[in-house]
Amino acid sequence: MLNKYRAVSEQSCVGCQLTFIYVFICNLGVRWARQLRRGAAKALGPAAASRRHGNPGRPRAWLAAEVPPAPFSRRWQEGVGRRGPRVGGDARQSAPRCGPQRWGGSRGGRRVRVRAARERASASPRPPQGRWVARGSQGPGPRGGGGGARAAAAGGGLGAPAMSQAERKGGAALEVKFVPDEAVLRHIADDAGIKVRKDKTPLTVNVKRFVKKLDTLSDDEAQEFLEEKDYVAALGICAQDLMENGSSVGGSEVYSFQTPKRSNKMAELASELAQTPGQSVASDHSECPEKITKTPQSSKHSSSNKVQQKSKKNDFMSTTPYRLRKRLAAPDAYLESESEYSASCSEEEDDEETQKEVITVLSSLKTPAKAKVASTPPSRKKVTKKKDKMSNLVEEYFEAHSTSKVLTSDRTLQKLRKRRLNQQTLHDLLEKSPLAYAAEIEELNQQYESLFSKWMLQLHLGFNIVLYGLGSKHDLLEKFRISMLQDTVHLVVNGYFPSITVRSILNSITEEVLDHIGTFRSPLDQLEFIIKRFKEDSSLELYVLIHNLDSQMLRGERSQQILAQLSSLPSVYLIASIDHINAPLMWDQAKQSLYNWLWYETTTFSPYVEETSYENSLLVQQSGSLALSSLTHVLRSLTLNARGIFRLLAQYQLENKDNPSYPGLSFQDFYQQCREAFLVNSDLTLRAQLTEFRDHKLIRTKRGADGVEYLLIPVDDSTLTDFLEKEDEDV
Amino acid sequence: AHLSPCSIFWYEDRPEGQKTVKQMRQLHEEDLNKQLFDNLVSFLRRSHSEFQEKTTEWNCQMKSREIPTAALVLGVNVTDHDLTFRSLSEVLQNRVTPYVALLQAKDCPGIKNLMQKLLGQLMNCYVDVDSEEDDYVQTSQNRIRCSMTSLITWYESVTKKTDFETPSKKRTSSRHWQSPPVVVIFKDMESFTTKVLQDFIVISSQHIHELPLVLVFGIATSPMIIHGLLPHSVSSLLCIELFQSLSCKEHLSTIIDKVLLTTQFPLKLSEKVLQVLINIFLYHDFSVQNFIKGFQLCIVEHFYTQPLSVLCCHQEEVKKRINSLSHNQCENIRRLPSFRRYVENQPSEKQIALLTTDGFLKETVQQLLDDLNVYHENYFPVLRCLHVFTSSLPKYPLGKQIRELHCACLENRVWETEEYESFLQLARMLNKCDLVTMLQKCVEILVSSPGKEFDKTVEKLKEFLTQFQKLEGGCALSYVPLQIKLKLFYNGTNGYHFLWYILTLLELKESRRSKKLTKFEMLRFEVVDYIDSVVRNYLVPADHKTLHEIVYFNTASVLREHLNAAPRVALHTALNNPYCYLKSQALRSDGGSISNKAPDICIVYKLHLECGRLINLVDWLEVRKDASSASSCSHARFIRAVSELELLGFIKPSKQKTDHVARLTWGGC
Repeated sequence: MLNKYRAVSEQSCVGCQLTFIYVFICNLGVRWARQLRRGAAKALGPAAASRRHGNPGRPRAWLAAEVPPAPFSRRWQEGVGRRGPRVGGDARQSAPRCGPQRWGGSRGGRRVRVRAARERASASPRPPQGRWVARGSQGPGPRGGGGGARAAAAGGGLGAPAMSQAERKGGAALEVKFVPDEAVLRHIADDAGIKVRKDKTPLTVNVKRFVKKLDTLSDDEAQEFLEEKDYVAALGICAQDLMENGSSVGGSEVYSFQTPKRSNKMAELASELAQTPGQSVASDHSECPEKITKTPQSSKHSSSNKVQQKSKKNDFMSTTPYRLRKRLAAPDAYLESESEYSASCSEEEDDEETQKEVITVLSSLKTPAKAKVASTPPSRKKVTKKKDKMSNLVEEYFEAHSTSKVLTSDRTLQKLRKRRLNQQTLHDLLEKSPLAYAAEIEELNQQYESLFSKWMLQLHLGFNIVLYGLGSKHDLLEKFRISMLQDTVHLVVNGYFPSITVRSILNSITEEVLDHIGTFRSPLDQLEFIIKRFKEDSSLELYVLIHNLDSQMLRGERSQQILAQLSSLPSVYLIASIDHINAPLMWDQAKQSLYNWLWYETTTFSPYVEETSYENSLLVQQSGSLALSSLTHVLRSLTLNARGIFRLLAQYQLENKDNPSYPGLSFQDFYQQCREAFLVNSDLTLRAQLTEFRDHKLIRTKRGADGVEYLLIPVDDSTLTDFLEKEDEDV
Repeated sequence: AHLSPCSIFWYEDRPEGQKTVKQMRQLHEEDLNKQLFDNLVSFLRRSHSEFQEKTTEWNCQMKSREIPTAALVLGVNVTDHDLTFRSLSEVLQNRVTPYVALLQAKDCPGIKNLMQKLLGQLMNCYVDVDSEEDDYVQTSQNRIRCSMTSLITWYESVTKKTDFETPSKKRTSSRHWQSPPVVVIFKDMESFTTKVLQDFIVISSQHIHELPLVLVFGIATSPMIIHGLLPHSVSSLLCIELFQSLSCKEHLSTIIDKVLLTTQFPLKLSEKVLQVLINIFLYHDFSVQNFIKGFQLCIVEHFYTQPLSVLCCHQEEVKKRINSLSHNQCENIRRLPSFRRYVENQPSEKQIALLTTDGFLKETVQQLLDDLNVYHENYFPVLRCLHVFTSSLPKYPLGKQIRELHCACLENRVWETEEYESFLQLARMLNKCDLVTMLQKCVEILVSSPGKEFDKTVEKLKEFLTQFQKLEGGCALSYVPLQIKLKLFYNGTNGYHFLWYILTLLELKESRRSKKLTKFEMLRFEVVDYIDSVVRNYLVPADHKTLHEIVYFNTASVLREHLNAAPRVALHTALNNPYCYLKSQALRSDGGSISNKAPDICIVYKLHLECGRLINLVDWLEVRKDASSASSCSHARFIRAVSELELLGFIKPSKQKTDHVARLTWGGC
């Protein structure tokens, strides 16, 4: 936030500028016109370039003029969260229909403010080098027909530096200033009529000031003041202090946008890694050399703003040329002109032909801006790049989501020489591989272990403790349990276990802690019972340790509600760990206040051994040992005939295992086979048998296209082979 | 410096902290809502007086078609409201009626569920009153069809029974009335579906003769919402009375005012800590409960981490505790920065004595702590006086709320700030009436304060007051009656300020014309200068005081870390820059890059950042293998890292393409 520049481009009022030029053309003479037209030829340059970059068939969308919708009622429109749907790609060439507009990527609190300035159109001709007097609009009120008056868009910020160049060389009407934060802040504060100190210690001061503002004003006003910057600043302290080693992380860094279509990037990186073992690999976006080549894009961005203005001017001219001329005569009438824009901005392209002259003239004004980008002096480049990065990220986000096609290679694990490992070998291999940085991890752990007694104290004071951070916290909690909870009643819940439910947690409390025998209609009843018991008996105390409170099974709204209510009991002490990045989203305010969390960061870097062992990773071959044992168990309890029937089906399925479109064994065929093997005597007995199988989920029936019933065993082939082998042994 | 593990018992030895928290809670839960609850109770009494008198007049009947309804405007905040409703229903059950039902929109998606909930709650509460009938109710609850008629029959049976069984029910009947009303509280009226509400109201209005029903709507937005939700035909069946509760900000102000800005509790919060707590309140939840929780954490942290907090106790006990200080603790005192500063300013022989003899040190510490106490005794009244001035000046130069002023004073010397400058300027423009009323208020505050040094100040202020009285006339604004000023003020702050400006301008013009200060102006300057001197004398920031570390809790970062944590940031830092945690030289790197020797998960994470929405596992694996040695062990480690990323929620298996995973952060699915 500190190194942020704010581009305040004082754009002169479009209409007046236009009229001014019009006068040149109409009244002043050929010389001016020729000069201007020369500029127009240049103007086509970047536009053509943009077409090269973009998809030839489909114009790139970000050239689409992004039009601010009618008047802006708020003074500061912030970027975050204000990303409207993208303006359609085809809308690009046409001038803007007040479509929804996207606000620039201001994740880091960057704010682009394009102030409209109005130029008094004087009747006397001006020299081409004359600077436009920039007049900042003041006051928060909605500006009438601000469509042209206030243009703030993603491109605005990018365009700003370029435009300043334009002005210098081409003598056009734009002035760009880089305004430091303080100045802008002062400006805001002045507007608001509140005294602002001039301190330059940014963060804390901002917070203070903001708080002050909040309270000084009545509630409604305070709402208006909830400027993003201050808000972020207020919260930003948190991030800053948290990382005492100076690695404060801004929002844009944490949630960096993906960079699409970079499949080769990975390979590149890999080769780099391979070539330079032990060396660090730069993979940060800002340092990536590729990024520099993207600079030209910015020129296109900046032009988007212009396209919009162009068309608007164009439009303006076409609809009211007479009045314009008339207005020229009355120099002070500029004020009304504003309101005319927004009204007319819906009709656009039809005038293109008739007003060609005007367009060329106008674009001549802009041309230098585009040409200049390449020759931006190095000092500026840095800034531009930074801004590029920002809005490129935004662009990339939308780009990546505009297509559903994903560009990745088609290689699959099947083709890979090395097959998938099974769970056991994986485990063994990992056992063997030494833990990296064991000493450092140990140090971290010791640091956390010194907190144990504090945790106990805080648990007793009615807080509950939640641990977060990278690395498994299983061992840490286990150590806590061993060292602190030896003589207490405690319950350990392995949340990562795939079949854990709230009900099982509640059951173990009622059955094992409260010694209650009996069932409950619903978990809520059970919870009520527990709450009642704990309230009655104040000597009851229970420590609950939950590993992975955010696991698949426990993250549901209802389970969290129940656990939260449980934890809110004064004599139930909960200490839990979370790992998922979005885990805090599980809790709304009500739940959070029930949980009464104290957060502790315990980054351990230890591998998640237990937690991931139940995951069905694509890379791990599923052993199917569980399926096999359940198969044999169920079948052992059946009659000999039934086992024979199942075996028939299994054999048939194995025979067809190479047939990828094997639908299953049809019921009629199966019956036939069973009869031949003297396993059943009637259609009905077979059906009864199948029902039994189905109840145990041993088979699945599927109806084919012809209405015939097909039978399948939903177990993979290797397991089935194992099963048959085992059966043969038994027999 | 840490305490023994059995600190739980040690903490319980320190009653001060718990007492304050308890007091805060009590203030929040009971006292602040007392007025509101009293009003509600009297409303309930009134609403069904007709029903009780069993009048049969037609007029009354017409009226009793309407359901008496209390609209309780509570403002937006869910968490604290639960508490409010709970205590409300307790109050009602104690004072008005045993039949109170609390309904939540979440539980009532349809009229049927609503009736079920309602009956369930009412009959349960009946069970509480009369436990003998336990079995009967248990069985009947299952049987009863949830309808209004069953409710009415239940009500009749219940009231009749209490009529007959007077001996056993004496206690209840003395507390409640003969036929107590049935109160149904809708906790979050806005979230209920319109249809459910309408149906319920229409149905129950049909039975209002038989069942004295009273509704209470909890409203978060504005009372207008009732008319927005209900059509006229339905809302005309309600006889609504409006009750406004204090907003949560007012709650907070009261709590800060009554607990933090007093001398009764020894522990104080430093400016930063208070700021953090207030920020969490204003930006995150508006929850007073959470504020109290944060305060509780401060107490725990202070007593736990500051070994000298033993001395943070009430005045009477200080002496005893100082005498029992061990040598180690004395050394701790000597190490305090503020104490070192103090020692440096002493003559050399005294310095030696302080640093060597424990006895002398203890005496001095006693003295210093007494000084600190006196400082606080003076600080708060003067702060309030200053607030009287600042809060009535336009634009509130030092903040509208007293807590802002408090923070400003704690932060650094308030008289060196620009705001203070502007305050003085504005104060020099005050008109006579305002100045006089302010001075009177100040006198009141100072007289009622426990500080002993204010006699002179009060005298001086009184003298000023008499001098003002002697002056005749006043400034232009004093011609405007106070009522009008107030009206202007409340109608819109701007109006008042505008007038204020105009009149001051007029006044300035006048004085410029005369070029000579009037008597009043002279006096005014004198008053402002005097106030300035008082402020400079008493409102010294606390960290300029010796031994402030004992009394002030200072580590705001701890508070932020534990109350307002950023788990994502922590995760991100650990993955991006493991050196932050693992202090190994091998991991040291410049910003943005990552060492090849970093933990597997960090490298895999970095690689995945380079990918688009979908990641081909094979490519990923290959890249990883190139990066490290291609052994089956590294293969296994890759597998583990990937499944760890899945656990952390960065990726998930995708069915879109074989052997692909989808990214879930920025650009996932």
